[in-house]
Amino acid sequence: MKKVFKMRDLDCANCAAKMERAIAKIDGVASVSVNFMGQRLTIEAEDSRFDAIVDEAVKVCKKVEPDCVILR
Amino acid sequence: MELSKKEKSKLVRIIAALCMFAVVFTVDLTVGLSVGGGKWAWLLPFALYLVIYIVIGYDVLWRAVRNILHGQVFDENFLMCIATIGAFALAIYRGAVGEKIEGFDEACAVLLFYQVGEWFQSYATGKSRRSISALMDIRPDYANVRRGNELVKVDPSEVRVGEIIVVNPGEKIPLDGEVVSGASALDAKALTGESLPVDVKEGDGVTSGCVNLSSQLSIKVEKEFYDSAVSKILELVENASSYKSKAENFITKFARIYTPAVVTIALLLAVVPSLVTGNWLVWIYRALGFLVVSCPCALVISIPLSFFSGIGAASRHGILIKGSDYLEKYDSAKVFVFDKTGTLTKGGFSVVKVTPTNRKDEILRLAAIAESGSSHPIATSVCSTYSGEIESGFTPTVIAGEGIEAKKDGSVILCGNASLMRRYGVKFEPETDIGTVVYVAHDGKYVGSLLFADEPKPEAREVLSSLGNLGCRTVMLTGDNARVAGDMAARLNISEYRASLLPQNKVEELKSIIGGKNKGEAVCFVGDGINDAPVLMSADIGIAMGGVGSDAAIEASDIVLMRDDLKGLPLLKRIAKKTMRIVKQNIVFALGIKLAILLLSALGIANMWIAVFGDVGVAVLAILNAMRVGKID
Repeated sequence: MKKVFKMRDLDCANCAAKMERAIAKIDGVASVSVNFMGQRLTIEAEDSRFDAIVDEAVKVCKKVEPDCVILR
Repeated sequence: MELSKKEKSKLVRIIAALCMFAVVFTVDLTVGLSVGGGKWAWLLPFALYLVIYIVIGYDVLWRAVRNILHGQVFDENFLMCIATIGAFALAIYRGAVGEKIEGFDEACAVLLFYQVGEWFQSYATGKSRRSISALMDIRPDYANVRRGNELVKVDPSEVRVGEIIVVNPGEKIPLDGEVVSGASALDAKALTGESLPVDVKEGDGVTSGCVNLSSQLSIKVEKEFYDSAVSKILELVENASSYKSKAENFITKFARIYTPAVVTIALLLAVVPSLVTGNWLVWIYRALGFLVVSCPCALVISIPLSFFSGIGAASRHGILIKGSDYLEKYDSAKVFVFDKTGTLTKGGFSVVKVTPTNRKDEILRLAAIAESGSSHPIATSVCSTYSGEIESGFTPTVIAGEGIEAKKDGSVILCGNASLMRRYGVKFEPETDIGTVVYVAHDGKYVGSLLFADEPKPEAREVLSSLGNLGCRTVMLTGDNARVAGDMAARLNISEYRASLLPQNKVEELKSIIGGKNKGEAVCFVGDGINDAPVLMSADIGIAMGGVGSDAAIEASDIVLMRDDLKGLPLLKRIAKKTMRIVKQNIVFALGIKLAILLLSALGIANMWIAVFGDVGVAVLAILNAMRVGKID
């Protein structure tokens, strides 16, 4: 399943790159793109564990940039 | 200048800190702050600068602490704090051992300018994002739908296919459909970049996103909202920068090693020469200067910003690009393969020649009478070319494969090909030019002939030659036979063509062209996006044109020309070229300056002032340069 999430207050381009790398490491993620200019997070991951994977991704992003919110 | 709340409050803070800094710094330089002298002389300047430091940098300090707790070691905030706190510590140490007190001002300045740079970055990205969302004004907020005898205002997504919606002047058309009553002019500028209004009347199809200009229209909905042109376009533009270009990937990879590398070198610089020379103060100071340039953000931001501006500039001209990688590839596109019918040509039959010319009106009048009952493309073309009134009362009979015979009170009109003329024994003058010929005879006498052909689009020749001037090869693919294709190729001045191709042959032909290209070049295929989706998909860059609202076109292609106008191709070439030039400039320029500053600080030539000025300066310049992409006409 592939899904696009909007992000708010993603202020640093380098952080976007860090988030992307961190999310890519989560088990079950097939592909991920954090679009800094468009403020969008695109995740492609296993269907069965999709929600759990997104939860994990949100946690990882919080770690990199605590002010940034992923709108679900 | 419109600023968000966040940007405004930060700007106020920066200005306040700057004023305080200016006052303290001037007093420090002129009168001197080290009152009393002695062991505690550093205390007053320290206290004053510390206040400024906290005003300007409390958020950086806070983020540094928080991110360290989260295990983010090479965090820019943290490194900035180390550099500035280190400078403070060195200054205190100097004061305590009785040396000249200096360095507090530097520490404050570093943080101050760092914040200026950050502010500018967020302003620039915000501005650029806003310019795209202004473009996104095409999103309709509501639809007036007729339910029973009432007109209800609902969300566009709640309207079903087949329902009737009413669009008043000044409102946006919320869903794709067909006009069932009313006539008006539509403004499609936001969709296609075309500023001339389009007239629509009963029976015409209308695209969502257009603004109704003059009078009320009733529209029968043909597509649900998520399927309507406006949804497809919004989705495409909003996700545009998710496909990343090589340049972007390069720079994020670079940033990943850059910061740790700078920090490691800074550490070595602080320790190794100090152990050798014993001059700890000097080398620690130089190492701190190193850390000032450790933040790669300016570099990382300026690349996507350049692409974003380029994509935005293209959208303003009605060219939608699916991702920054396609803009990058388009710049290296060296081969343009075109579908003929409907792309290079108008598609359809136009009357191109009437023989003899002096009987033009007579020939057209008769042909229109004969053809008026038919829906054949030739008949439509005749009837739209003839401007007078069509005499009624004739009974047409279709003679399959030959033409039409129309009779009224003993008067007979014949309209058809050579075999029709022969069948009725009419002597005619054969037409030798290429195209479809229709001969017209009246009461057994030959009147004249009409020649129909597909016509090149008015801009096609010019566009093909300007692509040629840019060093691009152009190829035409067509299902027509070699003679027709050759004739059209000559009229278009296109050097290469492949004729008699079945749809599946087009894919093979394109693949063989792609197979023969040079490395690093890209092959574009330009088509109408309706019948050639497989070809569009097998090209390096699939370009669909004039397909507003066709989801097949939007899905299969990488670039969509919303306006049915080939001039978008050379224009996009200019935009792509400018974008790539600026991207390269930014990479070289920003990296070059950063490396130069690193070198100069290591050698002790640049102090922290120069380092921070250089770093923030390069960020601001790179961003200004990136925003320049958007200014193209």
